[in-house]
Amino acid sequence: MSQMNMIQAIRSAHDVMLERDPSVVALGQDIGYFGGVFRCTDGLQEKYGEHRVIDAPIAEGGIVGVAIGLGINGLRPVAEIQFADYIYPGFDQIVSELSRLRYRSAGDFFSPVTIRTPCGGGIRGGQTHSQSPEGIFTHISGVKTVMVSNPYDAKGLLISAIESDDPVIFFEPKRIYNGPFDGDPEKPSVSWSSHPKGEVPDGYYTVPLEKAEVVEEGSDLTIITYGTIVHVAQAAAKRAGVSAEIIDVRTLMPLDVATLRESVCKTGRCLVAHEATRFCGYGAELVATVQKECFWHLEAPIARVTGWDTPYPHAFEWQYFPVQQRLVEGIRRIMEAA
Amino acid sequence: MSNEPYLYIPRPTARPGEAPDFSYLRLSPAGAVDRPPIDARAADIEFLALGLVRVLDEDHVAQGPWAPDLDKETLIRALRLMVLTRAYDDRMQRMQRQGKVTFYMQALGEEAVSIGQGLAFEDGDMMFPAYRNQGLYIMRGTGLVEMMCQCLSNSRDMCKGRQMPIFYQDKAHNLFTISGNLATQYPHAVGWAMGAAIKGERNIAVSWVGDGSTAEADFHYALTFAAVYNAPVILNVTNNQWAISTFQGFAGGERRPFAARGLGLGIPGIRVDGNDLLAVYATAKWAADRARGGHGPTLIELVTYRGGAHSTSDDPSRYRPKDEWESFPLGDPLDRLKQHMIKLGYWSGDEHQALEEEMKATVAEAWKEAVSYGTLTEPPFLDVSLMFEDVFAEMPEHLTLQRNKLAKLRGAGK
Repeated sequence: MSQMNMIQAIRSAHDVMLERDPSVVALGQDIGYFGGVFRCTDGLQEKYGEHRVIDAPIAEGGIVGVAIGLGINGLRPVAEIQFADYIYPGFDQIVSELSRLRYRSAGDFFSPVTIRTPCGGGIRGGQTHSQSPEGIFTHISGVKTVMVSNPYDAKGLLISAIESDDPVIFFEPKRIYNGPFDGDPEKPSVSWSSHPKGEVPDGYYTVPLEKAEVVEEGSDLTIITYGTIVHVAQAAAKRAGVSAEIIDVRTLMPLDVATLRESVCKTGRCLVAHEATRFCGYGAELVATVQKECFWHLEAPIARVTGWDTPYPHAFEWQYFPVQQRLVEGIRRIMEAA
Repeated sequence: MSNEPYLYIPRPTARPGEAPDFSYLRLSPAGAVDRPPIDARAADIEFLALGLVRVLDEDHVAQGPWAPDLDKETLIRALRLMVLTRAYDDRMQRMQRQGKVTFYMQALGEEAVSIGQGLAFEDGDMMFPAYRNQGLYIMRGTGLVEMMCQCLSNSRDMCKGRQMPIFYQDKAHNLFTISGNLATQYPHAVGWAMGAAIKGERNIAVSWVGDGSTAEADFHYALTFAAVYNAPVILNVTNNQWAISTFQGFAGGERRPFAARGLGLGIPGIRVDGNDLLAVYATAKWAADRARGGHGPTLIELVTYRGGAHSTSDDPSRYRPKDEWESFPLGDPLDRLKQHMIKLGYWSGDEHQALEEEMKATVAEAWKEAVSYGTLTEPPFLDVSLMFEDVFAEMPEHLTLQRNKLAKLRGAGK
């Protein structure tokens, strides 16, 4: 076991898989010699060579398209898109090719590509370095979508993603690369060292895809969330003085419906929270699912706390972000409902 | 012309009712273009991208340094495959007209692209075809019956009813699954080739797009990555002059040949007479040897003409002269190979007629078998539950539920 932040955990997942499986290759902009702009592949090219950890041209569509080709030829590519905000040139390759190769060829062809990409705001990135586009990807049939919230899961889920024969879009909220963020921008940053999920095994282990985690058990209401907002929800529940059951969805598609059902049927109240914009956002699917599965157990309308339906503004970052206070208000609204 | 900025709109030389005019097509005489060594630098062989490699002259005689050493047996095989491809297309086109298949795309007039190039590749090489490369499937071993069953979406459909007609795949013969999204296969081919190089294998990847699709970003991504990593890949542009109703000028073909698109990246280009099977083979073999020898990618433009409609969904008489193909200066690839073989004493008119009859019968027999496995409207049908399979490696819960729900709606057991 080691203390790791999320960057170190992601690097360790690469390291373990590059070591274990000679078919694993990583490619992306600045990931090789330099080790990645967020350092997630630091030292790996030196260790595994330029043919395993490959610096790529600035062409996201090319990176995804070429990764698919590597996968068709029996390799297991891990592609980094430097910011989720820049993934769109690769979108056609993901939607029209990567996600449907297996389907359209009746299983003859597939490409086990993992696409890692840092997402989310809270780092003064403005509208081109802060987006959370997960809902666009969960709408596609044939890719799995993951968003991680801590170092332990990041490593275990990344290893699962790399080993999966299905393509996985793997979102890493960059605000929590170095430490959990409780949604109060006034407080000084904290590191992962005092967080139990900052304890990460050095070797191989997996966290299963398609399994949500009950992060905290509670009885008053269920908060369903993922990514950075897991930590914001924990702090907000404490501040609101409620016993909240907090679920980290982790794999957004396919969704672990059973864990959601069990929790909300128990608590009878549900708050859905994410950083991404609201309209047609991933939270809408969560609300619809809970409504269908738990309707007769609900004691209050399901509420959503999300980013506003605007681009992510540089100057008003903390007015945009679903900060602690907004979650507290969301919790109170649900608890005060008849 | 005034010295003012103006918006230029490319116009084809002839529209319906006008006389065909191919004066824009730059031609070189057969045998006139030099054949450099396979390790030549792109900068030293730019003439290959700007001229037109031709082997067969007006008298159907092979000329010049690109004339390949193909024996009689190989030439007969090539001719048989071209006749078979045309017979297959003819049958399938008519079956679409009769409503037996929903859609079809002929390769009429472009058969030498697949058959001529296909002769140059090895079994271990990976093909990433476009939608008019049916000849590749036919020649590499995909059975006619299998191809027909795909077009029929019947009980033996290789892709289980997931794709519209002509989007074949054949993993056993290293033929990738065809996409309807244009040029997406180009970066796949480059990635595959990079993978072969990473693994230290000598196989190469080959892909095709049309002239129109060179405007897609994927075309340019593929060229960049191929150049950056010196990928063992051949990237082909089948320039058949027309992208549905827009002529090749709308893909930027008026200023520089498509073969020259890679020159800025240091990728050699070859512009070749796509209706001259010998030249098509010889240039593909040169590029394959170059790739296999570690000298990197080649971009080949095959100049040809789309003899038929884009697909069964458009009527070309609405946008181009009806008799344009007859005026195409590079003729009909099948007829040119036939004449060459007659000239060599390898072939005769009688043999050719017999071959056409034979292939027609072969195709008719295959069709009879294919429809015995069902059509879209006649049983046996595919099991509708197949709709939910192969989305993921293992079916997740939500798809199991949806499959069961559909089954329930349709009545038990269905």
